[in-house]
Amino acid sequence: MPLDSNIDPATHKFNLVGTRPLRPDGVDKVTGRAKFGADANAPGMLVGKILRSPHPHARIRSINTAKAAKLPGVKAIVTAADFKEGKRALRDVLCNVMARGKALYDGHAVAAVAATSASVARKALKLIQVDYEILPHVTDVDEAMKPGAPLLHDDMITAHVDPAPKKPSNVAARCEFGHGDPEVGFKQADVVIERSFRTEATHQGYIEPHACLASMGMDGQGELWVCTQGHYMVRNTCAALLGMDVSKLRVTASEIGGGFGGKTTVFIEPVALALSRKAGKPVKIVMSREEVFRASGPTSSSSMDVKIGVTKAGRITGALAEIRMQGGAFAGAPVELGAMSAFACYDLEHVKSVGWDVVTNRPKQAAYRAPGAPMVAFAVESVLDELARKIGMDPIELRLKNAAKEGTQSSYGPKYNRIGLRQCLEATRNHPHYTAPLGPNEGRGVAAGFWFNFGGQTCVSLNINIDGTVALAVGTPDIGGSRASMCMIAAEELGIPYDKVRAIVADTSSLGYNDISEGSRVTFSTGLATIQAARDAIGKLCARAAKTWGISPEAVVWENGHAKPSSPNAGDFAPLSLADIAKKAGNTGGPIAGHFEVNADGAGVSFAIHLADAAVDPETGRVQIKRYTVIQDAGKAVHPSYVEGQFQGGAVQGIGWALNEEYVYGKDGRLQNAGFLDYRIPVASDLPMIDTVIVEVPNPGHPYGVRGVGETSIVPPLAAIANAVSAAADVRLTELPMSPPRVLKAIDGKAAGKARR
Amino acid sequence: MVQVKLSGSFKQAAGRAEVEVEAANIHQLLTRLGQDHPKLKPMLDRGVAVAIDGQIYRDDQFRPIPAGSEVFLLPRLAGG
Repeated sequence: MPLDSNIDPATHKFNLVGTRPLRPDGVDKVTGRAKFGADANAPGMLVGKILRSPHPHARIRSINTAKAAKLPGVKAIVTAADFKEGKRALRDVLCNVMARGKALYDGHAVAAVAATSASVARKALKLIQVDYEILPHVTDVDEAMKPGAPLLHDDMITAHVDPAPKKPSNVAARCEFGHGDPEVGFKQADVVIERSFRTEATHQGYIEPHACLASMGMDGQGELWVCTQGHYMVRNTCAALLGMDVSKLRVTASEIGGGFGGKTTVFIEPVALALSRKAGKPVKIVMSREEVFRASGPTSSSSMDVKIGVTKAGRITGALAEIRMQGGAFAGAPVELGAMSAFACYDLEHVKSVGWDVVTNRPKQAAYRAPGAPMVAFAVESVLDELARKIGMDPIELRLKNAAKEGTQSSYGPKYNRIGLRQCLEATRNHPHYTAPLGPNEGRGVAAGFWFNFGGQTCVSLNINIDGTVALAVGTPDIGGSRASMCMIAAEELGIPYDKVRAIVADTSSLGYNDISEGSRVTFSTGLATIQAARDAIGKLCARAAKTWGISPEAVVWENGHAKPSSPNAGDFAPLSLADIAKKAGNTGGPIAGHFEVNADGAGVSFAIHLADAAVDPETGRVQIKRYTVIQDAGKAVHPSYVEGQFQGGAVQGIGWALNEEYVYGKDGRLQNAGFLDYRIPVASDLPMIDTVIVEVPNPGHPYGVRGVGETSIVPPLAAIANAVSAAADVRLTELPMSPPRVLKAIDGKAAGKARR
Repeated sequence: MVQVKLSGSFKQAAGRAEVEVEAANIHQLLTRLGQDHPKLKPMLDRGVAVAIDGQIYRDDQFRPIPAGSEVFLLPRLAGG
């Protein structure tokens, strides 16, 4: 859907778009009235609990549920045998939901119970006897790739390698992107730096654990209330795993207490449905925090080698990256996206990135904000920072000299159309933060980041109510303020006040299919569909006015919320407001509604630059972020406060990833820190105010020029902070998280090196 | 005829960096690519995106391909 030809977002005067009205869900959320996943209840509801493997890798010889089944209050027990082994595409999802043959990680579900109380359910879990044959395990990505590593899947033959390997391994696939020949580029360089980097797995850290309530009737019809980023995906996946018709399962999305990509798949939902089907009663499952850590999807850990060459004049002549990511026990680490985005910020003649998707005995990774991109940006932007120091060039100047622009052939393939990287770099250079003085033991880091942004299947209905208010039904769960933005967009198009529109997230039986709220797609694609649904309704409103006046519909225009004759020749009629037309709708043709269904493609890519000031305590290695600024292209910010919130949220999650957060596995392959006490996410007292600058370079693929903003903001922080810490400590940090022991070790290593010299 | 540019794994599978296909839209392009280059077929089945003049299309298979446009085959993308 192209940019409206009559709208130049830079100069167009919107009435509501670009303003900051109050959020429609705010009062509910601060007063506790909002209903989240665990708030759903039903008469006769049972409690579901899941038995999880204590072993990282074990063959399941047998599961004996007889004793548990006899416990009074136990109403149903399910294992993998209760799920339909259907299409191959869903095999991994099914095996992750309930282990089949082997337990592949500490926390892997092996059986589940529904009982009349939580205590009975817990007792029943203890009575289930699982006979395990413990197998050797591997949790490290580099170890898992070695010949002789414990093998997770006997049939895993590395894809996209020619000739195909003859033996199975833990490497699911190889990918490669780029053009030119980096070796030629390195020969043209004055300085070449090659370094290796590692990042640990981090969890999305959403505050609300996974929760759902399933109710299956004797007639095979089911309902599910669930906290998810995509209730249509939940419906389709559960129906397939349980062998149901899609139409027999109705799914309602609750309010969501954070997702960040981690709620784009199913974990407990098919289990709750299977238990409910067996018990004949509703079953609620709520994950504990420990289960969230052990058994829902963190992001991948990575190991990377990056080599970049530059001339003394600051031109990058060659760039090469080799990226290895483990995505847990099943194929699907986001290494392809990481490899594609590695050098996407730059205009390069010789560039290549190679990725390896590796399986290990860890929980199956799930998407996490710009999956794959932050860790690769950490490596690439760290090397660029070092190169800038080596040639004595300002780091923004180096990036400006190489920045991709309209017409640049991207490192992942196609040429860019209109993009805003250069504008972001210039805004950073002009920001007072960039030249502010630094204190003792402080360093400043800068880094660039790129993300694709996506569209996807989208369906919107807009109903005109009898009093001239509007009910807007969307199918994308609101994970970032989309109901406010959609109300603004509908009101903008219809020419009515913001508070006359109310948006709801409709259930799966009320609206056509909608893709998941992921890929920074909602404001772009649901917004686009809302614009078109409103225009569809306006066409019908004008037709009603035309009927009322007895003139042709073509002779009616819509202006400022009113139907008007298009010219004096059309007739002399007093304008009819939306409320006037709505009031008479029952007698002029019935209800008035606008609809739109679309494959929303054309989401514009986006870029961000982050500036971080870090103070390093040389005695303890503790890092404090003293100042932080995000500069990002939003295309057109519909609700700037929400856009700023996305910028800030990405930066904060990135700060946690850079400094504290990591999955720690013991030698026994068990997760050592499955709780927020030991897995430390940043809290307000750890952080400075995150400053933001919204850059607006319109996306040519959207009527208002909107670009997604939710993910790009987590791409640069790991690198920006690493560059700041490296500057402050005067030693290059190449492993995340930069926790105090690791930073101290680097400082001591540097001192020891100097002493030796 | 549409000139389709391939890089990385696609290039490796097809054995060259550019292939020519008779296609008016993305659906025809993908169907014929799979017929002409069987080694690409599993990758196409797994899901791909097509960039036309820099705009990435994941789903819209009936998107017309204007004559002379730059067409790139990409893996299907997903986000968080």
